Amino acid sequence: MKIVSLGTDGTGVAEVSGTRYDVQLGLVEDAAVGDYIIVHAGYAIEKLDCAEAEERLALFAEMARRERGGSE
Amino acid sequence: MKYLDGFRDPDAARFLRRRIEAAAGRLARAGRSVRLMEVCGTHTMAIARHGIRDFLPDNVFLCSGPGCPVCVTDAGYIDAALELARRGVTIATFGDLVRVPGSTGTLAEARAEGARVVVCYSPAEALALAREPGAPEVVFLAVGFETTVAPLAALLRSAVAAGATRFSMLAALKTVPRALAVLAEDPEVGVNGFLCPAHVSAVIGAAAYEPLAERYGIPCTIAGFEPLDILLGLLDLIEQLADGRACVVNQYARVVRREGNRKAQAAIAEMFEPADAAWRGLGVIPGSGLAIREPFAAFDAERRHGVAVRPGRPAPGCRCGDVLKGKILPDACPMFGGACTPEHPVGPCMVSGEGSCAAHHKYAR
Repeated sequence: MKIVSLGTDGTGVAEVSGTRYDVQLGLVEDAAVGDYIIVHAGYAIEKLDCAEAEERLALFAEMARRERGGSE
Repeated sequence: MKYLDGFRDPDAARFLRRRIEAAAGRLARAGRSVRLMEVCGTHTMAIARHGIRDFLPDNVFLCSGPGCPVCVTDAGYIDAALELARRGVTIATFGDLVRVPGSTGTLAEARAEGARVVVCYSPAEALALAREPGAPEVVFLAVGFETTVAPLAALLRSAVAAGATRFSMLAALKTVPRALAVLAEDPEVGVNGFLCPAHVSAVIGAAAYEPLAERYGIPCTIAGFEPLDILLGLLDLIEQLADGRACVVNQYARVVRREGNRKAQAAIAEMFEPADAAWRGLGVIPGSGLAIREPFAAFDAERRHGVAVRPGRPAPGCRCGDVLKGKILPDACPMFGGACTPEHPVGPCMVSGEGSCAAHHKYAR
């Protein structure tokens, strides 16, 4: 889920697939609008590290390319 | 391409399968079969849904461990919740727990007989309910692993700060690493590698498994929930076993840090303290649970309402205990699919949406 707005009391609103949810943000450090968060039972429990996610996607894309016989 | 598609690419899955076959082949040439265990209800469901068990070579056996919090909750806990419901307390709970049989019935049956049982998506709803004007006495059924414990610590903190007077929790909170140590020590289970949970690990950190890998020589790999994440995690375990290594490897670094979420850990330590816990199938494991600390005793349903959680009686013939220890797959239980179905569950593993038996019934038959 992506944080779209912050409240004043440690809460915020996050969005996934066009649906918005109220979320509690008190368990993560420095939550900011635009951060992607992992939400469990209405509470953000961790922020997504986007650089790590991109790296992992690149690894899987490379595996797929090699499977298809790409030589690059 | 959508973000998740990149974690589900069939060609990348075929690539990983060939790598898995190569590593398992090295084990096979050494005459070895290995037994891996996943310990996370969401992994259980993903593995069943994507048919990952069928993807594995014959000498790699993948079983499910005690990764579903509802499933490992002892029947005696349900009995205590039923006792509270009979006394007229409003029970607030996650949905799965409503149909789990205690020794004398379920909360769903109690509700049909007039008890007040409210299903919540977030435990924050239970506190809000207890703070409404003229609200009833509310007890939230606090069941879960570290992923859920962290939100409950935050909620308890809010309840204390707000001076809530009609809210308490019946705690059956559990910590995963101690249970893994018990399984690692059990020769009947014979586990060779743990596929460690994703979101539990986000809270406790990858380092929490290091004593396990060092002491028992069992590799521990943390994996995400997408099919390629799971295959990569399994590959990592099989390669470690073929190489004779036993390390903690974090294959879910986009969410899990080595030290975990310190802020969540601090909230947990502030509100809860280690306690013994009864696990369905595993028995009482010293120090594997969390109890509400003494200064917050007014929010502890056991102390507030004078109820005690005593060991319960599982249904006769139910083999959830063996399923939860990875000793048998669900279809080895004589009741599976006959006397015990998702419509009429006998044991908790068939009730919960994350239970091994429910997953097996839905996808693998």
